[in-house]
Amino acid sequence: MKYDMLLLRYGEITLKGKNRGRFENAVISHIRSVLKDFPKAKIRKEYGRLYVELNGEEPEPLIASLQKIFGLTSISPVVVSSTELESIVETSSAFLGQMDMEEEVTFKVHARRVWKAFPHSSHEMNHLVGAPLLKKYPLLKVSMKDPELTLHVEIREQGTYIFCQTIPAVGGFPRGSNGKAMLLLSGGIDSPVAGWSSMRRGLEVECVHFYSYPFTSRLAKEKVIELAKVLSGYAGEIKIHLVPFTEVQTSFTGIGQDNLIITLMRRSMLRIAELLAKREGALAIVTGDSLGQVASQTLPSMNVIGRATELPLLRPLIMMDKNEIIRISKEIGTYETSILPYEDCCTLFVPKSPTTNPNLRVVENVEASIEKLPELIQDAFERTETLVLTKDYVIGEEEETGGVNEDWF
Amino acid sequence: MIYWDHAASTPPYEEVIQTMAEVMRQHYGNPSSIHRMGEDAAKLIKRSREVCAAALGVKPAEIILTSGATEGNNMAIKGTAFQYAGRGKHIITTATEHPSVYDSCLYLREHGFEVTFLDVDRNGRIHPDQLRSLIRKDTILVSIMHVNNETGAVQPLEAAGRIIKQCNPLTLFHVDGVQGFGKLHVDLQAWQADLYTLSAHKIRGPKGAGVLFRREGVQLHPLLSGGKQESGMRSGTENYPGIVAMAKAMRMAKEQLGTFGEQVGALRDELLAFIRTMPALALNSDEDGAPHIVNVSFSGMKAEVLLHSLEEHGMLVSTKSACSSKTSEPSRVLLAMGRSEEEASSAIRISMGLTNTKNDVERLKDALQDAVERLTPLMTGRNEIH
Repeated sequence: MKYDMLLLRYGEITLKGKNRGRFENAVISHIRSVLKDFPKAKIRKEYGRLYVELNGEEPEPLIASLQKIFGLTSISPVVVSSTELESIVETSSAFLGQMDMEEEVTFKVHARRVWKAFPHSSHEMNHLVGAPLLKKYPLLKVSMKDPELTLHVEIREQGTYIFCQTIPAVGGFPRGSNGKAMLLLSGGIDSPVAGWSSMRRGLEVECVHFYSYPFTSRLAKEKVIELAKVLSGYAGEIKIHLVPFTEVQTSFTGIGQDNLIITLMRRSMLRIAELLAKREGALAIVTGDSLGQVASQTLPSMNVIGRATELPLLRPLIMMDKNEIIRISKEIGTYETSILPYEDCCTLFVPKSPTTNPNLRVVENVEASIEKLPELIQDAFERTETLVLTKDYVIGEEEETGGVNEDWF
Repeated sequence: MIYWDHAASTPPYEEVIQTMAEVMRQHYGNPSSIHRMGEDAAKLIKRSREVCAAALGVKPAEIILTSGATEGNNMAIKGTAFQYAGRGKHIITTATEHPSVYDSCLYLREHGFEVTFLDVDRNGRIHPDQLRSLIRKDTILVSIMHVNNETGAVQPLEAAGRIIKQCNPLTLFHVDGVQGFGKLHVDLQAWQADLYTLSAHKIRGPKGAGVLFRREGVQLHPLLSGGKQESGMRSGTENYPGIVAMAKAMRMAKEQLGTFGEQVGALRDELLAFIRTMPALALNSDEDGAPHIVNVSFSGMKAEVLLHSLEEHGMLVSTKSACSSKTSEPSRVLLAMGRSEEEASSAIRISMGLTNTKNDVERLKDALQDAVERLTPLMTGRNEIH
């Protein structure tokens, strides 16, 4: 198909009154970053709508990239005609001619006269455009109700826009338009999906990952960096804070409370994440919790764990089934990495029967009995290293050796 | 010496040699070891897999790294047969496949599978209609090469793929892509290929490395038992210096695709035009074939004689017939293309690459002219003795 431009629509942000300008600018800046790979394409803002002029760029790959932009709800590839009846009919006819109709297609014309000085009304235009098309393409059958093909004809002074496809986009709010939160990122399937869901809602996220050398391997850490890198593809760039967790974690072993160990670990993680949030100016913590999935995600567990922080805990996946989460992780491109078999720090020291119903008072007493715990938490926070990732980040770059020499490829 | 045997093997890119040497010098850990040196080696393989996948427009998880095309073709064909024997035992291939495909099919025939060979026309091309008539419910695999290694004939893979999937969506489609990659456009999606074999040393990479593309969801019965490398598909410690070097060669070959078609195609056209002026020579290739292979018969003279005669002029070409010390077997491929035994026993293959020049072609033309002029009287003499 040959198209002249793409019409982009946004949803909820149009409701946002005074903030609308700010939201629009956020979307536009996101689109501009995507257009870097399509140098001929140009963005145009017009009467509260956005257009991308193709200028010879292929529409399909561009549409695939634009579909991922947060805040856009749908995209229509458009052919432009000059605003004269004859030209509109001719362009519409050529447009339909590009489709290979093999069997009968139900059809209607939906004309909209935006420029009121145009001599024919919308209603007249439905007939003026529709009649010659029906004559030329015998497989078209008119149907006003639920046609398979609706030819939209938007008559504007500077040009008439003709399109029939409305391709859904990801929706949500523009990138970074709703504040910042810390995302607890493990190597699993859920937390990257939680991160993406938050980003889709306009949240800027910074990732926090806990690692435990020598109990976890370097590859486990790199796997998480890889996941964050995939997320950076949606954000432009993303920060990841890598927290050395070994000392905190091992302080919980050998105190005779093995069934509480996950509860204790999770609470310490929240405390460290809160310290990082304060430093980075984030106002919430996002987790991949899904109700009842594992022992630490039962309601009693979440109640006890969540009390370790005063920040709001956002749990985008809380009511989702695993299959739904897996489906999204495949769509956003994190699944393949998530299922690599490296252990993360939560799968270590897992007791035979972790508690699903911890008692807050007992947990607090245990924590109070570990004298140096606050110190260990502070120390882990201070020794945290931070990387800024983009989709071109080469994993291993931060290490002295072992990076893949790109010249070899 | 001028090298005219690029279809047999190619001069590696300087960058490939350098990469391979550097990797061997800096890395020797076993990729399966879980210490740092093993991890580093594993990372090189991972990155190579990504580069190879990108060059084919497929997912990294769909790439199996092999030792080359013989292994890839064996794995694709026997692996499919053993995996899906419960579904059916019928396999279709062509009469002109490379021995690693052809003989794998013969091997399976000995082990209870039924094999049907597609005919080819005088240009070496199969006919999609015949393929349509042969696909059955129990056909588990169709294997068709992209470019014939002896003649350069190009098969209609898009039409074949469409027919296979129309007739039986469960039938797998394997393409031996060894002679096509880097020479012609490769589109595994359009061909609907499920399996696709490549070899590194045919595209100026190292020997001992290859790729088998296996579409997501396709299962193969592994040929080698052992340490379960390559997701269990191919046990054996990975030849990663070769793998990294192959990734580089694939990337470079893909980048040079357009140039290759233009420059080498022009040399081929020049040579074809010249051979057409020589009545003693009969072409088995034409302009519709791949840009780098010219196959020509000098009827009445054993192919080896012409080959050695050209060698005296510094021109290295090949025969594709299997040589024994006394007799030469006629080429199975040329016989399938309807050539006589004599024509099929007297064919040489001239195959070229980007390292050949216009001047090389001029020298080859002179050498051909001279060899034919010198040999023709001898040939007549021999015929008189008969």
